Amino acid sequence: MLLSLMIFVPLLGMIVVLLLPRESDELIKRVTLGFTLIPLIIAAYLFINYERSIFGIQYPHGPVDWITAFNIKYYIGIDGLSVTLILLTALLGPICVLASWRNIEKGLKAYMALFLLLETGMLGFFASLDLFLFFVFFELTLLPMYFLIGVWGGPRREYAAIKFFLYTLFGSVLMLVAMIAVYLNSNVINGVAEGVRTFDILTLISLAATPGHALADPGFQMWVFLGFFIGFAVKVPIFPFHTWLPDAHVEAPTAISVILAGVLLKMGTYGIVRVNMAMFPEGLAIFTNGVGIVGNSLALLGFINIVYGSLCALAQTDFKKLVAYSSIGHMGFVILGLAAGNSEGINGAILQMFNHGVISAMLFLLVGVLYDRAHHREINGFGGIATKMPVYTGITTLAFMASLGLPGLSGFVGEALSLLGAFQEFELITILSTIGIVVGAAYFLWTLQRVFLGQLNPKYEDLPEINKREILTLVPLGILTIVLGIWPNFALDMFSESVTNLVNVLEAI
Amino acid sequence: MESLKNIESLAYFSPEILLVVFAAVVIITDLIIKNRESEIVAYISLVGLGCSLVAILITNSFISNNEPISLFFGMIRLDGFAVFFKILLLLATAATILFSLRSEELDIKLKGEYYALLLAVTFGMFLMASSTNLLMIFIALETVSLTSYILAGFLTHSPRSSEAAFKYITYGAVASGTMLFGLSMLFGMAGTGDLMQISAQIAAVLASGGVSTLSVLIAITFILAGIGYKIASVPFHMWSPDVYEGAPIPITAFLSVASKAAGFALFLRFFHVGFGKPEILQSIDWVFILAIVSALTMTVGNLAALPQRNVKRLLAYSSIAHGGYLLMGAVLLTPEGLGAIFFYLIVYLFMNLGAFYVVVLIANEAGTEMIDGYRGLASRAPLVAGAMAIFLFSLTGIPPLAGFFGKWFLFYAVIGEGLYWLALIGLLNSVVSLYYYARIVKAMYFETAEDTNGLSFSKGTFALLSVFAVPTIFIGLLNFFYTISDKITLQ
Repeated sequence: MLLSLMIFVPLLGMIVVLLLPRESDELIKRVTLGFTLIPLIIAAYLFINYERSIFGIQYPHGPVDWITAFNIKYYIGIDGLSVTLILLTALLGPICVLASWRNIEKGLKAYMALFLLLETGMLGFFASLDLFLFFVFFELTLLPMYFLIGVWGGPRREYAAIKFFLYTLFGSVLMLVAMIAVYLNSNVINGVAEGVRTFDILTLISLAATPGHALADPGFQMWVFLGFFIGFAVKVPIFPFHTWLPDAHVEAPTAISVILAGVLLKMGTYGIVRVNMAMFPEGLAIFTNGVGIVGNSLALLGFINIVYGSLCALAQTDFKKLVAYSSIGHMGFVILGLAAGNSEGINGAILQMFNHGVISAMLFLLVGVLYDRAHHREINGFGGIATKMPVYTGITTLAFMASLGLPGLSGFVGEALSLLGAFQEFELITILSTIGIVVGAAYFLWTLQRVFLGQLNPKYEDLPEINKREILTLVPLGILTIVLGIWPNFALDMFSESVTNLVNVLEAI
Repeated sequence: MESLKNIESLAYFSPEILLVVFAAVVIITDLIIKNRESEIVAYISLVGLGCSLVAILITNSFISNNEPISLFFGMIRLDGFAVFFKILLLLATAATILFSLRSEELDIKLKGEYYALLLAVTFGMFLMASSTNLLMIFIALETVSLTSYILAGFLTHSPRSSEAAFKYITYGAVASGTMLFGLSMLFGMAGTGDLMQISAQIAAVLASGGVSTLSVLIAITFILAGIGYKIASVPFHMWSPDVYEGAPIPITAFLSVASKAAGFALFLRFFHVGFGKPEILQSIDWVFILAIVSALTMTVGNLAALPQRNVKRLLAYSSIAHGGYLLMGAVLLTPEGLGAIFFYLIVYLFMNLGAFYVVVLIANEAGTEMIDGYRGLASRAPLVAGAMAIFLFSLTGIPPLAGFFGKWFLFYAVIGEGLYWLALIGLLNSVVSLYYYARIVKAMYFETAEDTNGLSFSKGTFALLSVFAVPTIFIGLLNFFYTISDKITLQ
């Protein structure tokens, strides 16, 4: 019940916000903030009270019959992986509302309503234990995101919004076909259909591991693996499905970029762990067994993301686009770690998911702070900002260092673990992937130099310092990067049991 | 099963009789009243529909254990299938009358004829949903066609409308003629017009070598041409964009929903009852042939919709595409396929009529049917724009809107039969359709109008709008609507 409450409180908030008078901006903002704080409190409670030493689903709600004709149930619950991402989502909720406090000029009411709907979609997705429900929540994020980018975005917002929508929808139709195929085969054992079909993710996972079951057939697993994988790959995004991301990020308003990088990309990798790896280990093995191109393909995709994303970031002169491409690069480490399929790799990948959520959220918030003041993001158009905005410069430096993987900050741990895991399986690819780290250091340090150091651009003589509200949005994230850098077990403990179990399944293949 | 005789049948035929009676009342009232502005005939028609609905529900209670009742010596049949379609058609007609009341383009001098014809066409569609005899099928189809021609040309001052009517007649006459030829061939081979016996008869003469498979194939293909024309499937779809664009908007809405639904009712009964038997299907892979027709229909509809700037015409092509989606379910000859069609038709009724209602409203207020007229609608009329966005995204099939669940049901049925390729084509078509539906949303939300004055609508408008918008949001989320198809059997 607690979990359902958390998911649907933002939806309730949406209805409340829609009923408020359009002119009362302050009230709308406060109400929205309130409705995003409730999920945060619940998520924190769940995170703290989650029993770390036990593997399995906790705080379940359901299964409750929903659409009986297809045995679709309302069934939610959390394990260590999902509760970690739920905490991330719930934390970014109020932060984004605060980040939208002053810079949404028109249609504030609709903006906040859509944002709350988006939050319900994201929270529901991470908690779903029924494949159909999972898909519906996955898609529920599409509509609000389309409007949030399209209405409140930058000059090319229309193009960015429809591109985002078309790409994601294309991915999800393939997922839909795979999902239907899984459902139709869920009651076929040794070629004979008996009993009821199911969408229950946990049941499907155990069925897919039952010898003789249609779901356990390697050929079948390969096809449905591909269907789901492309759907999630568009979301991550994995090369070559990534081209929507820079457009969407550049055009989206700050808070929406934060959500996009912080949570929406994680939906892709979470889906890969939850469905592709846990449900179709045989399918996964085909792409990660290290034999030939196909056997290395997942690791190669991770490598391409890392190196290609970083090189693209290096070439950018738009601050936001740089951060967007760096996201592509950092998500590559997640893919690489997952491809490794061992304990270090998967733990590192999941930690990297959380870390990237925190760090990229910080980066986008920081870009937003600068943009709100200067109204442009051209890296070469600044210079010497440090003298005018020392606090801002300090926080940015922290975020940059965390992102480029400085030991002692959170980014390092996730990437190091991913690489450690991947090295055991794919030596050459892993070695080559480290180029991405070097390039990452290069573009962040170079940006630091161009924007903050050197001669102060006379245009920015009276640039105001970062204000309290903006600091408030950054502090929790900054603390997390430091804490996780020093004490990664804070997060690792949450999901290590789940990972151990997953690794056992994968290694049994 | 015994067929009831003529007099005995009348009680079961009361929904249809009531429609005819009220059509007559509308004409007589129109002659009597002097005030041409009066809307009384429209309200009489609505009352007629209400009475007919009650009669449908009463006759439905006569059906026990899903056992169909055969009327008029086996000419028509009363079963759950017919009842479902009658209710659906009735709702579509009621919506059309309400749209017509609010539409400003209709000629007020011809109200009596207009509403009487609407009732008459509904009567014809009822027959389409319940005919079980080749002759009756043709008569039903012609009743609908002839009245539709007049309704499409009802904007007497508009050359486009007259052109629409003319095109409709020309294409329609060819299609009807072709179909009649097919029906007569079939009758000649089977020696009976009764749909229940036809497949056994045909199988017998085929087995005895009396006729060749080719002649059966030709007969059925000709009949399908007639039906394909009604549901606007490729290659018989050419008439529909022009007719939809030229006809009054309420009539366009009516044709795109009711006419299509009635066409599908006829198609399903003809195919499932008459030719669903394996012995006829043996030599010809109907599923494959019709699957290709379905794939072509949705692809042509969607691709042709992409460049359209006129929203009415765009929705016309979109409705061709939806005909293609529905056809996927129809060709399967499985209970899942049927269930998917029933569910999809319910959803389609609300979302498509809703979209057309917004077109009526914008045509009244902004005086245009072009996409440009929708610019900045989100700030000028936020509720109308919001409703339109819901309809359009539901037509695309985006969760959690009902259109998604409708498509899910259809694709589930298609994949269940192993037709992965068809499902993939259908799904990719949905992605394509997003582009043109989103163009309207883009105009409404992302662009600004030159004229930024707010548009004001009456409370009744918003009430009617929510009648369509609320089900479009909730139908897919409620288990009840998925159980409807369990109650409908087609024997």
